[in-house]
Amino acid sequence: MTSAVRFQKVSRHFGSVRAVDGVDLDVASGEFFAMLGPSGSGKTTCLRLIAGFEQPTAGAIEIFGERADGVPPYRRNVNTVFQDYALFPHLNILDNVAYGLMVKGVGTAERHREADRALELVKLPGYGTRKPAQLSGGQRQRVALARALVNKPKVLLLDEPLGALDLKLREQMQEELKSLQRALGITFVFVTHDQGEALSMADRVAVFNNGGIVQQGTPQEIYRLPKTAFVADFVGSSNLLSPDLMALLGGDRRWASLRPEAVRLAGDGTEATVENVSFLGAATRLAVEMHGTKLHVMLPAGADVPGVGTRVRLAWNRQDIHYMDDAA
Amino acid sequence: MTALSASHSGASILSRRNGFAGALSDSFWRHPKLLLLLMLTPPLLWLGIIYVGSLIALLMQSFFAIDDFSGVISYEPTLATYAQLLNGANLDIILRTVLMAALVTIASALLAFPIAYYAARYAKGRWKAFFYLGVMLPLWSSYLVKVYAWKLILAKEGIVTWLFAKLNLTFVLDAILSLPVIGGNSLSVSYLGTFLVFVYIWLPYMILPTQAALERVPGNLIEASADLGATPAQTFRTMLLPLALPGIVAGSIFTFSLTLGDYIIPQIIGSSRLFIGQAVYAQQGTAGNVPLAAAFSVVPIVIMGLYLTAAKRLGAFDAL
Repeated sequence: MTSAVRFQKVSRHFGSVRAVDGVDLDVASGEFFAMLGPSGSGKTTCLRLIAGFEQPTAGAIEIFGERADGVPPYRRNVNTVFQDYALFPHLNILDNVAYGLMVKGVGTAERHREADRALELVKLPGYGTRKPAQLSGGQRQRVALARALVNKPKVLLLDEPLGALDLKLREQMQEELKSLQRALGITFVFVTHDQGEALSMADRVAVFNNGGIVQQGTPQEIYRLPKTAFVADFVGSSNLLSPDLMALLGGDRRWASLRPEAVRLAGDGTEATVENVSFLGAATRLAVEMHGTKLHVMLPAGADVPGVGTRVRLAWNRQDIHYMDDAA
Repeated sequence: MTALSASHSGASILSRRNGFAGALSDSFWRHPKLLLLLMLTPPLLWLGIIYVGSLIALLMQSFFAIDDFSGVISYEPTLATYAQLLNGANLDIILRTVLMAALVTIASALLAFPIAYYAARYAKGRWKAFFYLGVMLPLWSSYLVKVYAWKLILAKEGIVTWLFAKLNLTFVLDAILSLPVIGGNSLSVSYLGTFLVFVYIWLPYMILPTQAALERVPGNLIEASADLGATPAQTFRTMLLPLALPGIVAGSIFTFSLTLGDYIIPQIIGSSRLFIGQAVYAQQGTAGNVPLAAAFSVVPIVIMGLYLTAAKRLGAFDAL
């Protein structure tokens, strides 16, 4: 499979700040790739390196096999959907969408036709004559998407595109983006700090921390087999079990993770005290204290929910304990 | 929680401020329009009577005419003064002034844009302060002092002539001064000198609004434009210029109208041919022809009105 984007030992330093430090990355063509991490982890800088807004301090970037470092953004067949959409306030929606074609010299009639088609694709037909200020956040987001897609990019970069939308709209857009990506077959590189978004949409996920990639893999791998405590904590809101606790429970003296939904209430098991109960609709989450460690337990809907302060016994299957490299 | 509620238990929920001040602020809160009226009346009176009123009184003068024999103003509405305004010599004055104002505005815009762009996009902290100081500092010193300083700088015995001589470039200066119309004996008695000093004096009024407009253009719009394939030149033409245009037009209103009305710079620096401001000064003073002076002062107002209408038609304010 050809790589759409390949990073080889890419670094981007701002003075003494190592925003991106020695990143190796391989995004396959046609893939929906998510870069997940907390703010300041280097994921957005990586996206800007692909777009060409930043140049690497060291290392090599290839886009579809061609060396990209030194190539200005306007000569890359890569388009970006910006976090705050960056629509041109003085142009109407149609001219915003047609902008990329306009600067490439496409005639007015043809580029407006293409722009209309792109607006239909994002389900905003007939909005062409309005100005960006007259649209809602969700609509602006769709315009930004249409404005990028109309150029038929080889790679579409999305910088936290759903961050400013409310929950319902965000879920709807997640599904639409996913089906749009499937239909168009364009490589999507998606930056987010929302692990749910990354896991639900991406074919593969790279988890960033401190300027580097901690783990890459399919959402299932990332969720089930986190390599480090950071990944376990950030991606799954997993329970982290310290080496001491693991020894006490009769396991190896190493850091381990245990997913909340793998824990169940049982007649015989480790004793714990319920400290808090949160009803989440599809499930109920217990915060419990076990041997001085706080854990989360996810109870399926319909299960008996113990009250705050009661003593419970917890059990889990041995194979749900996942040992990790370190606690970083 | 208990401490919080206990500390407030003494106060009533709807506490009232007592006394006249309390009653006054309460009634203003209930009648916000009353407060607005009170705040706006003094400045509106000032603006309406002293400013607009006297301007109208002046402009009405332009519809009277002076009696050629007695030199007395006859208060009969007539357009004779306007006919006089459009005769050869006076029309020359108008055209000369409008042309000068237009050139000064264009030159100011060309000089101001790069400075404003740098200040808006790149200057940070100390450099930004330096920029504001550099632009504003000339405005703080006396206008007359600056103009006289320029007279010395541009004079035949001045530093410009000296500098050209030192660089063995006297022939260049001579060639410039020998140009028809804009040249002259020295820069200080040529149209070119008038032009240079106008640009110097009014430039800050162009830089500041242009910088303010560019400051409001988010940086990611420029990135988005590049991302969509626009070269820097295309980004400038299709993005930056339209978005900065309201600022440039605002600046040009200053440079254009200030040049149209100024009578000191062309009097001190330049050939002795008149500009509108000087004509107004001469007509209402020595000549005693107040109607003609009034008619002359109508000209910049009409020109600015036409200019703003044209700018609006061309979409200069669309990005506001």
